[in-house]
Amino acid sequence: MALYKTEPLKCWPKAKELRLKYYKDYQEARSKGGLRWTGGAWSFDAIPAGLGRDVYNVTGEPYGASLAFDKKLSMECMEATEAKGWARDLCSYMRNYWGSMYLGKYAFGGEYPEPDFCFQDHICCSHAKWYQHVAEYKRIPYFCIDVSVGPYKDVDENRLMFVVNQMHESIEWLEKTTGRKYQDELLIEAVENELRSTSTWAEICYLNMNKPAPLDEKTMYSLYVHGTLAKHNKEIADFYEELRDEVKYRVENHIAAVPNERCRLMSDTQPPWGFLKVFRYLEQFGAVSIGSLYTFGLIGIWEDKPDGTWGPRTTPMQKGETITTRDQALRVLADWNLSKPEWQHFYDPNLKTKMMLQIVKQWELDGVMLHLNRGCEGLSCGIMENRHGIAEAGVPVMTFEGNMGDEREFDEKRVMTRIDSFMETLELDIMDESAAKASS
Amino acid sequence: MTEKTKEFWRWKEYNWHDEAKDPKDVETISAGVDVGSVSSQAVILLDGELYAYSNMRTGSDSPNSAINAMNWAMENTGLTMDDLHYTVGTGYGRVNVPFSDRAITEIACHARGGNTMYGPTVRTILDMGGQDCKVILCDERGKVKNFLMNDKCAAGTGRGMEVFADLLAVSIEEVGELSLDVEEEPPPVSSTCVVFAKSEASSLLRDGWSKKRVLAAYCSAMAHRVVSLLERVGVEKDFAITGGIAKNSGVVVRLERELKLTSLKSKYDTQIAGALGAALFAKALVEKQRKKVAQ
Repeated sequence: MALYKTEPLKCWPKAKELRLKYYKDYQEARSKGGLRWTGGAWSFDAIPAGLGRDVYNVTGEPYGASLAFDKKLSMECMEATEAKGWARDLCSYMRNYWGSMYLGKYAFGGEYPEPDFCFQDHICCSHAKWYQHVAEYKRIPYFCIDVSVGPYKDVDENRLMFVVNQMHESIEWLEKTTGRKYQDELLIEAVENELRSTSTWAEICYLNMNKPAPLDEKTMYSLYVHGTLAKHNKEIADFYEELRDEVKYRVENHIAAVPNERCRLMSDTQPPWGFLKVFRYLEQFGAVSIGSLYTFGLIGIWEDKPDGTWGPRTTPMQKGETITTRDQALRVLADWNLSKPEWQHFYDPNLKTKMMLQIVKQWELDGVMLHLNRGCEGLSCGIMENRHGIAEAGVPVMTFEGNMGDEREFDEKRVMTRIDSFMETLELDIMDESAAKASS
Repeated sequence: MTEKTKEFWRWKEYNWHDEAKDPKDVETISAGVDVGSVSSQAVILLDGELYAYSNMRTGSDSPNSAINAMNWAMENTGLTMDDLHYTVGTGYGRVNVPFSDRAITEIACHARGGNTMYGPTVRTILDMGGQDCKVILCDERGKVKNFLMNDKCAAGTGRGMEVFADLLAVSIEEVGELSLDVEEEPPPVSSTCVVFAKSEASSLLRDGWSKKRVLAAYCSAMAHRVVSLLERVGVEKDFAITGGIAKNSGVVVRLERELKLTSLKSKYDTQIAGALGAALFAKALVEKQRKKVAQ
């Protein structure tokens, strides 16, 4: 007998439809006279939005993850990239993406749709080089904004202006490169959408503090992704509000993601995309992964509240402020993004440990599973220091080795054994042996 | 077998039973079988006391390895599989033990077995197995508090040592002692990969290094790698080592030297820790089952 009732998310089909529409819009943009650009999920996508409503982007990381999920195509892409002489220990999203470009194959069918330009920012070293190579290989223009001004707690006017000035330059560059006239009202609209979508996503994650958790992390992966695709997009912002309302409904009606929830965990960094069954395996023990700093803070924007808790960052609109000028929009956009949780630990792993422990405390977790992700240098750097800090705080923690996008580096049996051991230390048995056998 | 065809990595297999004990006089016969990647062990307990065990190489077939190990442990005891009241399987092949009543991970079993082998003061157990290396922190009852395993790499594992024994044509049982017979400690070889360490060792031999010196360099590299794993978790006293490498003095001495710590010694065979823990779990589980039936 399950402890809680459960039911599928009502907005699940819409989430799927939006994602597929995104990739199709990009594919068809040029044939409709529109523009296509590419860059990372962390790029300032609200800025190219000022070029017109017919401008579409594809962000590299979710695209690399989509490729990773198709194991056969991913292997072809990896091999194509390695055949060009690139090392196997580079970012696996990047290797998937480049492979798709070299092979001319699009993960969503047809030929690789060539972008008109690359628009990127530089916090992760791989990210900057990724699109530099795309630009050189495809002979297309490339602009990159350096955002490495230090952690948000140290950001002052000078540091902020370092980013804002580059944003102004990027608009001049976009006009020159595309020959289009830039429209500030579209920029302002896109910035407001981004503030709305990223704050609402944080609100959704915040609701997962409830017991039972209304969402599990495997499901959250299919939902946070919209923010990584086009956080500036009105459809995405609207979708997150609809999702938030449904999650609220689930909380009010005690609808659980995992009907036998008796243990709450969190993970870290990107998962091994070809092996998401790890999360379903946890469910047999009554364990739910309620998310992670990664799912919460890769796109979600958070702030410290006056009572010492961590919560969704209040948008300027919620404070009653109105954005009216280009400069104001860019300042807000820069400041907002510099407070992104997942940008903080590029400067100091202790900042990450602190945020993780805040989640452990506030979301009342029983343990932490850290993915030592060989595929992402940026997010894995310092992860053993995080482990140390979490263990020192008395929180049970396990590590498992893998790669978000290269299945050759994931040993499924070995990882499951570690999970079994971790569950034993948490004194959890498999609740339904027959289900366990069926899935093993 | 000639020197050229001799396989130096092949360690000796064995079984043992306590002739002073009689399985007919006991209430509970519990058993544990640890099917590891390189070796398999079976342990039989009579009312929780060690009665018999075997230690042999794991073949390509996990179920057969488990059966063979248990049959060998029962050899000349008069016991058959039907006499075992409860059996727990452990090790990487634990889910493929056809006669087990339950599977428990080797981490939990090593902690439990180590607790019996070294006593309740042991807090850190280093299990140096065939293909992995685990650091287990446990409490006074042998319950796991925390653990960490090595990365996906054979350096610092028993299989790595076997590869070296073969390369240098030195019997695996002699590696440890020979490695200590050097006038001066050489710098360690590469500790990141067995394959690279092996090619480095070949170069050193070509440069005129003695076998003993090369062995010393490899044992030192292995100890150093394991120390870095231990330091990640933090070693709490008392400290003990289980698994096949615990029998290699060349690694153990260097490990203790780097840690500035002496490991506990035991009268038990260090390789049976996992199977012993499994058999102890089996005893507890069958007793729990009987209580439930009685209620």
